[in-house]
Amino acid sequence: MDWGTLQAVLGGVNKHSTSIGKIWLTVLFIFRIMILVVAAERVWGDEQQDFVCNTLQPGCRNVCYDHFFPISHIRLWALQLIFVSTPALLVAMHVAYTRHEKKRRFRNGEKIDIEELKNEKLHIRGPLWWTYTSSIFFRIIFEAVFMYVFYYMYDGYQMPRLVKCEAWPCPNTVDCFVSRPTEKTTFTIFMLAVSGICMMLNLAELCYLVIKICMKESRKTT
Amino acid sequence: MNWAGLYTVLSGVNRHSTAIGRIWLSVIFIFRIMVLVVAAESVWGDEKSAFTCNTQQPGCNSVCYDHFFPISHIRLWALQLILVTTPALLVAMHVAYQQHQEKKLLVMTGHADAKHMEEVKKHKMRIAGSLWWTYVCSVVFRLLFEAVFMYIFYMLYPGYQMMRLVKCEAYPCPNTVDCFISRPTEKTIFTVFMLVTSSVCIVLNMAELIYLVVRACARRSRHNSNPSSGKGSFYGHKHSSEYKQNEINQLLTEQDGSLKDMLRRNSGLQEKGDRCSAC
Repeated sequence: MDWGTLQAVLGGVNKHSTSIGKIWLTVLFIFRIMILVVAAERVWGDEQQDFVCNTLQPGCRNVCYDHFFPISHIRLWALQLIFVSTPALLVAMHVAYTRHEKKRRFRNGEKIDIEELKNEKLHIRGPLWWTYTSSIFFRIIFEAVFMYVFYYMYDGYQMPRLVKCEAWPCPNTVDCFVSRPTEKTTFTIFMLAVSGICMMLNLAELCYLVIKICMKESRKTT
Repeated sequence: MNWAGLYTVLSGVNRHSTAIGRIWLSVIFIFRIMVLVVAAESVWGDEKSAFTCNTQQPGCNSVCYDHFFPISHIRLWALQLILVTTPALLVAMHVAYQQHQEKKLLVMTGHADAKHMEEVKKHKMRIAGSLWWTYVCSVVFRLLFEAVFMYIFYMLYPGYQMMRLVKCEAYPCPNTVDCFISRPTEKTIFTVFMLVTSSVCIVLNMAELIYLVVRACARRSRHNSNPSSGKGSFYGHKHSSEYKQNEINQLLTEQDGSLKDMLRRNSGLQEKGDRCSAC
């Protein structure tokens, strides 16, 4: 199970999304997952080996690294991307359930074309609308939570060049140097910007769905 | 999602590109992405581990490396290639939207059989009307991104040449320290190669832009000299409600005529008696 499998799973959901949802999925795969895989993982690849402290005290380097990097950026981004893409599976499950119900009605004697049932695009209305809106809401929550976790854990989004470490067994205060801090800051800001764009797209999709349902209701009542 | 995934996504767009657009896409994938993956990444692979400074001061190596290489060439090229290839997705989205409209039109005019639906998916869209504008915008964005990245490269690494030796004075290095870069000549060769292919891509994009503009002007002058063939005309079928007729007219004005051509070719239902001045 890797990013390719996730892409296959989510590609199926794409058919039942709105246009904004399809754009969101493209941005997610090309500007976040692809950048993570082809670029960011190389930048953070040597983060522990090249974390150098100005001491020969055994164990000091490990302890300082663990103190300043409780969980690596790469792992946090991987978790964020998994959490943010999985609410779409709620929609997939609902669609599968609706189709299952239709097949059951067919077996009970109603005339429904089985082939057309597999390929038809379900309209986002009724209970599917609620499921879809909940999935977008969860996406927004997860994005915001992870952006906050990043900010809280790393005191802002910049990677310092030098950190001063006092954890045992380091003697007094020891200078430790982080590898590739500028490149890491650049990628952190890039991933933050794309995360912000994804949140905007999700908010736009939420507004679009709410407005569409309000207009439909007002047309029904007039 | 990696370069192979990007290739799958973009080869779909290929069908609706011009000939120059297809050449551009091949140059991108073969001379840039493939070279990046099979060659350049191994040249830059040991860029940090083999960056050696003439000091035993801990941390001096890291700090000097970070000072002289704020962002690695490989990452810059990866970002450049991703940003340069993504405007093509604007075209893909527009084509998908137009196909959706054509299917709606087929359903409304009663031609929604499997054969016509298949042909909507398979036929090549003519680059005219609003699709022309989307296509031209995507080419302009490509040019812009290429130029911006070439400028960034020049700003970060003046002269495009990789030095053999750099002198570093950043804390905690004591005084001035000599630092040596690994494989400078090989890196210079690949930098120049990627720069040349980038320029070739810029030239191809400019040629494509000129070709599209010239073709649009030629089409417009032909249209002006032959005013009887026009878009957005009345499709002479009898419909039960005026609302349906107005919607069809609306959809027709948005089409570039490719759907009308397709229907005419396949069903042969345009007779001389029908009022259809687009045909």
